[in-house]
Amino acid sequence: MKLTGWGRYPTAVAEIIEPVSRQSVQNLFRDDSCHTQIIARGGGRSYGDSALADNVLSTRFFDSFISLNSDQGAIRCGSGVQLKELLHLVIPAGYFPPVLPGTKYVTVGGAIAGDIHGKNHHQEGSFCQHVSCLTLLLANGELLNCSETENKELFLATCGGMGLTGIILDATIILKKVPSVSIDQKTRVAHSLGECMDIFDSVEDSEYSVAWLDGLARGKKKGRSLVHTGSHSIEGKGQPISRRELSIPFSTPAMLLNKYSLQLFNEFIYKSQVIKRESKKVNYESYFFPLDSIKNWNLLYGSRGFIQYQFLVPLDCSLEAISAILEKIADAGKAPALSVLKKFVKGNDNYLSFPRSGYTLAMDFKRDAALFSLLEEIDELVLAYEGRQYLAKDARMSERVFKQSYENWEKFIAVKSKYDPNNIFASQQSKRLGLTN
Amino acid sequence: MNILIIGATSAIARSISRLYAVKNAKLFLLARDEERLRESAADLKLRGASDVKTLNYDAENTKKHSTIIDAAVEFLGSIDIALICHGNLPNQEECQADYRKAEDAIRVNGLSVISLCTEIVNRLRAQRKGTLAVITSVAGERGRQPNFVYGAAKAMVSTYLQGLRGSLMKDNVHIVDVRPGLIDSPMTAHLKKGRLWSSPESIAPSIIKGIGRKRHIIYAPSYWRLIMLLVCVIPETIFKRIKI
Repeated sequence: MKLTGWGRYPTAVAEIIEPVSRQSVQNLFRDDSCHTQIIARGGGRSYGDSALADNVLSTRFFDSFISLNSDQGAIRCGSGVQLKELLHLVIPAGYFPPVLPGTKYVTVGGAIAGDIHGKNHHQEGSFCQHVSCLTLLLANGELLNCSETENKELFLATCGGMGLTGIILDATIILKKVPSVSIDQKTRVAHSLGECMDIFDSVEDSEYSVAWLDGLARGKKKGRSLVHTGSHSIEGKGQPISRRELSIPFSTPAMLLNKYSLQLFNEFIYKSQVIKRESKKVNYESYFFPLDSIKNWNLLYGSRGFIQYQFLVPLDCSLEAISAILEKIADAGKAPALSVLKKFVKGNDNYLSFPRSGYTLAMDFKRDAALFSLLEEIDELVLAYEGRQYLAKDARMSERVFKQSYENWEKFIAVKSKYDPNNIFASQQSKRLGLTN
Repeated sequence: MNILIIGATSAIARSISRLYAVKNAKLFLLARDEERLRESAADLKLRGASDVKTLNYDAENTKKHSTIIDAAVEFLGSIDIALICHGNLPNQEECQADYRKAEDAIRVNGLSVISLCTEIVNRLRAQRKGTLAVITSVAGERGRQPNFVYGAAKAMVSTYLQGLRGSLMKDNVHIVDVRPGLIDSPMTAHLKKGRLWSSPESIAPSIIKGIGRKRHIIYAPSYWRLIMLLVCVIPETIFKRIKI
């Protein structure tokens, strides 16, 4: 079957295996004759080729809840549980997932494999910092519990490890207690990148913060942005909600998203907020998952798909670095359709986790002939500023760029070769980045 | 709400039982695999089921069906809804080459279902209320070349349910025939999927809504009613030449 990541580039023809139980998945690996390479796949929401391989193991049926300790707020569930389901289960009990990405269709397994971050990274860190324990199926069919105290090096390699250490079967997540699931949202307007970063510094006590950035504005307007902060409202709803979703039935001509239409769109968004300058109470779905309201928004980029380029640069040079990168993109005449900026405060010890102190910018580019050469130039800029790119978004980074920017890659390989010496777990991405052969 | 689900680990049954669990139903689950039953029971309790009990059974062992249903009644008290979901998709070529294979397929998808229906209906009749819903298939509406043995077994059940529905009217017992279209589940894992395929999660809400409203036949998704209408009006001289 033809498979792609969320960016719809690249594609793979894959054999999909959907085990229905722990027993059946274990049997797959116990059989000694099984030496074909395989990679786990959850919601298919990583953008590039992290969950693409000739053989793909879907965690679709590992979608059961196992236990909930309502005193400690600890929930144990299968790796195929989508965050949407998790939200529905834990909200009535007064809890909320500690970290939420931009879509509720990510699975728990995917959230761990990508060590995803959210709008509260400055306070809560990334997803795996709230995973107290996970069950990993190794290449030899054995099940291992991994945590900070048990099989620690395997835990550090698995959290953010892009599924390359084994199949995550279930995990225990420590939830956070919230007064309500309504969000008091405040929007601040920044006329430049510098001003935007000043705002980020001043709102560190807000639970959530994220900026929408006009990636097309040039000259004096460069880096103009809207910083959305949010905190759980003291008075608000305590029940999960379900929104009706629009869906795009087929991929639209990519021509519709061009420099001019995007400029117009960005101008509209920016101006409408400059006029309003509002504080309002919104539901958690529209705050965290604005794009989920259109079910297949990835089809808007046309049949060639798109690349989401997400990088981070260290705090001390972030203004300079991001300005230089925006300049480069503008000079090349490229139009990022959507740009999102976020401040990270501190990284963690996981070998391949993306976040660390600095600013991260994510930009969507529709894929066309000239895009890759531009992105290669940006790769060099990011490297020069000692930054790096997010593996869950990556579809094209070179092995050299990866190895120069992820300083713990050798530690990761050491652990991987101990538990998976034959490189059974491998994806198109891991081969491209030189993590497996 | 007291609900009996037979073939509870099938993909459609799993999705349906989760929706009933959210409504705080009391559930009795029957399936073959004990590990998966245990997993479902814990999951459904966390999702809100007021109580869950499980029992493993063998669909083909019809002699034991009576005791199984007795166990369900003992746990549930009375049965509001009984749902039969078990089945398998036999290999058509093998069934045509070897009668034993065809017989097995008809036993699992047809005869065992009728045996369970008989046992369940006897209890529902005694309590003078309740709904029996059975997952059949659109495959039962017309014998198509790729799966007519499966289709024949499902047609047997559909016809049986049709007659049963009338005979139970006086007893205040309702019969629902649920006919899914092409569903992406472990049963169809080996088949190539196209645009007409649906996920079990996406059809479950309309199935429980239809059961609640006491529909006679539920197509899932609903557009299969139209598709099957068209399939059934194709003249046989043309139909016999097409492999759909």
